Amino acid sequence: MDQETANKLVVEALQKKQKTKSKFYFSDLQDILGMKPREAKKYVNKMVEMGILEFWSSGSTTMYGLKGTGKQAAAEHED
Amino acid sequence: MAKHQTPLLDQLESGPWPSFVSDLKQEAEARAKNERNIEYQIPQDVVEDLMGVLELSYKDGTTHWKHGGIVGVFGYGGGVIGRYCDQPEQFPGVAHFHTMRVNQPAGKFYTTKYLKELCDLWEFRGSGLTNMHGSTGDIIFLGTTTPQLEEIFYELTHKHNQDLGGSGSNLRTPSDCIGQARCEYACYDTQALCHYLTNEYQDELHRPAFPYKFKFKFDGCPNCCVASIARADLSFVGTWRDEIQIDQEAVKAYVAGEFPPNAGAHAGRDWGPFDIQKEVIDRCPTGCMRYEDGKLEINNRECTRCMHCINVMPRALKPGKDRGCSILAGAKAPILDGAQMGSLLVPFIKVEEPYDEIKEVIEAIWDWWMEEGKNRERLGELMKRQGFQKLLEVTNIKPVPQHVQEPRTNPYIFWKEEEVPGGFERDIKEFRKHHQR
Ligand code: HEM
Ligand code: HEM
Ligand code: SF4
Ligand code: SF4
Repeated sequence: MDQETANKLVVEALQKKQKTKSKFYFSDLQDILGMKPREAKKYVNKMVEMGILEFWSSGSTTMYGLKGTGKQAAAEHED
Repeated sequence: MAKHQTPLLDQLESGPWPSFVSDLKQEAEARAKNERNIEYQIPQDVVEDLMGVLELSYKDGTTHWKHGGIVGVFGYGGGVIGRYCDQPEQFPGVAHFHTMRVNQPAGKFYTTKYLKELCDLWEFRGSGLTNMHGSTGDIIFLGTTTPQLEEIFYELTHKHNQDLGGSGSNLRTPSDCIGQARCEYACYDTQALCHYLTNEYQDELHRPAFPYKFKFKFDGCPNCCVASIARADLSFVGTWRDEIQIDQEAVKAYVAGEFPPNAGAHAGRDWGPFDIQKEVIDRCPTGCMRYEDGKLEINNRECTRCMHCINVMPRALKPGKDRGCSILAGAKAPILDGAQMGSLLVPFIKVEEPYDEIKEVIEAIWDWWMEEGKNRERLGELMKRQGFQKLLEVTNIKPVPQHVQEPRTNPYIFWKEEEVPGGFERDIKEFRKHHQR
């Protein structure tokens, strides 16, 4: 899969869920891409580098979201 | 006059131990005076507001910190832990109060010059408050604002040759005991291995793609000064596979009271004359020692390498000469499912560059856990869920008696059909020739 296709897959899938969810586990992205973890990681890293995705961290757990969409409210269970 | 009244915090200073409250006050005062004319990049009264919000938390019985956040330095998924205060109007100095984890040098060796430089950087761009060292091993910078993060990261990496550590769902900052640099018990070079694996696994350290956190810790001997056996998903504990080295003359000298036991560590009180039977032989957990006619004997086959006898008589006893480490898997603190100690996976492995055998074990475990681990499931929990035998399978390690934790907990290593000649089907007619119904 080329990066473009991977980006499209992920962006579309995350946008679809945007109403209910803004933060995703790595395993969610891996499922969207349908890849083994190590392979998926390469694409996901690239998406962070390209500014498509960004990290959210509680300190102990890391999640991913579309850049600019992560609401802090979600962390305090307001949505 | 302090910015906020803090009677509840003040009370903490009345105990017998030095209090962090006194430290906070000292730093608050130093920042207020600013004798070195530092151009503080975050609010000068940050420490006062920190005490203020803590006092409020004590009063309310609840925290005033929000949970997590989207902060970090570009391209890194760890090393910065976003913290925001939920009372920013009352305490503007700590509206942002992010923590940074600085990857400590292996063995926590550094010069005072380096330490001063780090402190100067943090005084200038952060709160000046540090935690030396966090229980993770990192040098912890406590509290700065979002715009400072990239600036600090740039200076750390470009001026001080210093990286950030791990946080979140990635490899955490590997941490080790002081090892062969200072300690005669060290059975392998903990600093070399820790440093090597830190560099080797930079991607795992900075780009989170694990189900949850993952820790390596390195102890040079079973004394476990970094408590790897209790805290690390993979613990590397120094050990030996030949015989404890005995200097019989020195044993006699201990018995005669010429050397203080435990190198004098418990000398604060008169315990009476040293009694080798009571203090060493009877305390050996496996009962594998004997002292008769002035001669110490050890049945090394039964020794569990607990270190007790060596710790008591370090001039007489030394670890063996054929040294390496044991690898244990699955220890963790009690967040989700209760605390767990590591389970022995590799009883003995030589620790030699380029560490290929060790890396094979690590990577096989990661492949399994990344594939099978649920979100926020530590390795130890996956081991419980799928079984120790599964771990042996994925690491391609043959079961040995040392893998049996204790009789009747996991004594059965089951055969699979393909491992049994002829499989599980039998010829009933052939069987009936020898066995009646
Ligand atoms: C070489 C032959 C044998 C081997 C290797 C063997 C092995 C074992 C093992 C590993 C256990 C489980 C022990 C535990 O749970 O800690 C066991 C239990 C048992 N074995 Fe054997 N066994 C053998 C022969 C026999 C024979 C010939 C009999 C009876 C005629 C027998 C009767 C039992 C019984 C009744 C138990 C259950 C004991 C209990 O639940 O406390 N075994 N055996
Ligand atoms: C009057 C005769 C007997 C008495 C009073 C007796 C009593 C007991 C008792 C109290 C237990 C312990 C049960 C438990 O706490 O789990 C036991 C276990 C056992 N007995 Fe007996 N027993 C008798 C005869 C026999 C005979 C003749 C055999 C074998 C041919 C036998 C085989 C066993 C075995 C294999 C166990 C272990 C069962 C298990 O733990 O799963 N017993 N018996
Ligand atoms: S763990 Fe062992 S080798 Fe390391 S510092 Fe402690 S006593 Fe020494
Ligand atoms: S190291 Fe521990 S188990 Fe081994 S002989 Fe000494 S006291 Fe016994």
